[in-house]
Amino acid sequence: MSANAPILALRNVNKSFGPIDVLHDINLEVRAGEVLCLLGDNGAGKSTLIRILSGVHQPTTGAIEMDGGQVSFPNPRAAADKGIATVHQFGGTFPLMSIGRSFFVGVEPTKGWGPFKVYDRKKANAIAVKAVQDFGITRIDDGDRLVGGLSGGERQSLAIARAVHFGARVLILDEPTAALGVKQAAHVLRIVNEAKRRGLAVIFITHQVMHAMAVGDHFAVLIRGAVAADFKKGEKSREQITDLMAGGETMADLEKSIDGYMSTHGGHPPPPAH
Amino acid sequence: MLSTFAPFLRRPEAASIISLVGIVAFYVIIGGVDLRTLFGAASWVNFAANLGIVAIPVGILMIGGQIDISIGAMIPAGSMTIAILSGYYGLPIEVGIIGTLALGAVVGLVNGLLTVRTTVPSLIVTLGTLVVMQGVVLAGANLLTGAASVKLEAPAWAKAAFGSLIGPSHQVIIFWWIVIALIFAFAIHKTRFGNWVYAMGGDLVSARNAGVPTARLTIILFMLSAISAAFVGMCGAIQFNSAQVSGGMGYIFNTIVSIVVGGVLLTGGFGSVIGIFIGTITFAIVSQGIYFTDIDRNWSNLIIGVTLLLAVAMNESFRKFALRAGPKKKAASS
Repeated sequence: MSANAPILALRNVNKSFGPIDVLHDINLEVRAGEVLCLLGDNGAGKSTLIRILSGVHQPTTGAIEMDGGQVSFPNPRAAADKGIATVHQFGGTFPLMSIGRSFFVGVEPTKGWGPFKVYDRKKANAIAVKAVQDFGITRIDDGDRLVGGLSGGERQSLAIARAVHFGARVLILDEPTAALGVKQAAHVLRIVNEAKRRGLAVIFITHQVMHAMAVGDHFAVLIRGAVAADFKKGEKSREQITDLMAGGETMADLEKSIDGYMSTHGGHPPPPAH
Repeated sequence: MLSTFAPFLRRPEAASIISLVGIVAFYVIIGGVDLRTLFGAASWVNFAANLGIVAIPVGILMIGGQIDISIGAMIPAGSMTIAILSGYYGLPIEVGIIGTLALGAVVGLVNGLLTVRTTVPSLIVTLGTLVVMQGVVLAGANLLTGAASVKLEAPAWAKAAFGSLIGPSHQVIIFWWIVIALIFAFAIHKTRFGNWVYAMGGDLVSARNAGVPTARLTIILFMLSAISAAFVGMCGAIQFNSAQVSGGMGYIFNTIVSIVVGGVLLTGGFGSVIGIFIGTITFAIVSQGIYFTDIDRNWSNLIIGVTLLLAVAMNESFRKFALRAGPKKKAASS
């Protein structure tokens, strides 16, 4: 599957805001049916990278390629039209709208004609519920329920199902599991796998290595705006990845230094710095 | 028992209906009001109609996440415009009507453009245009006519359409209120346009990214609220054959109270036209119905305040109830 050409690629992308360089020479590729995990600590430049991919920001230099041809996304709408869907941590959904209504915002199905073209609630609800259930969320069965009444995992699933329904080819998931409990996170990871099975290219942003390893085929670690490591599934262990994210200073070293202190100080940890 | 009422309680207008019933019951039990007298009276219905025509578009604007307080100046501006054009200058009444509504459209356009193009909250933008329009009306009336009050004699057809009485004391504007409510209810609850308003009020950025023309929609909503305010002012001038530069400020708070009692969320994204309609009736009965009770009318503001707070508290709890999972899930967990 990964032998085919990448759907979306970044070539030597740099981004600076005034004098501050945020991203240096980013090269990334993602293929259909592949999950690319973008790992990095807070402030590593993940958010800026997502915003470039989803058309909020434009690269200062470098190019974005889709299906081998150079493209530019002057705004989020342009990226969405090319099939790039971004799902944010809290779903980007409307908590006080019904499932059916929020699913179809901007593309509402209608019936009737002329000035009496009315919103087709039944059709919208039926399509929305079916789309979510196809992703295995069978607990959603009433399209009139308010989105805000769903659990965090269900809201993510709804947002992903919506993106897939409207023909997304690249799915960008921004920390989808960060605010979720263990069970809910497992839920979302299953949905990521389902999206992958359907041939979508998924860019999964997280700082939870466990979650990344559960679904990822390809990993990129971002440190201070640069790709510090780029490797395939199985090439690195969890500890190695965590160490990379911590920016070279290995967790093992840190543990060792604390253990060393404790063995020479009667089992007490080091005193706080201040 | 609860499950019978559950679908009703999940609706945005639930609290407004309970408030209305509660207020009428309070007036009957404590105030000793005769229901036939109350419902036969025109005073509160006329009051509700004038208020309601402004409250509906302002409420929809609030569902869409914005607010317009410049309506307080647009009502006297509307009545002065038609009185100056068709009364003082003697132009045909059609010119006066078009001029009045056009002024509303222009002020609404300015409100909308300023809100969309800047990051200034619409409360501040419309506070600005409120004060500006007050100044324009005062100075303009003085400059053009040299008086603070202008007479207007409308021809019979205009009088019949906008400023006559149906029966002994019901104003014809009640009819306009009902028609406007029906049109807006259809537009908001049954069309794509309505869905966009809710989406925009719920999450502006997501709505824009989903393809909703948020800027255009915001401007249209501001124009509708300013035009409606000018229309109410115009009807008042035709009804009473004259226009004054003052007045209208009371509408600002009265509309907001009616809208909030009607179940609209101040931060946007939730509410209904029927709720605003009932909220307006509730407010009108509290403030005007008190004259039919044994209660000293000086208490009416206290009752309005308590009604508002109770309605807001009910709205909060019903909204939480609406957000909770539907009946299916509850059955599974119990």
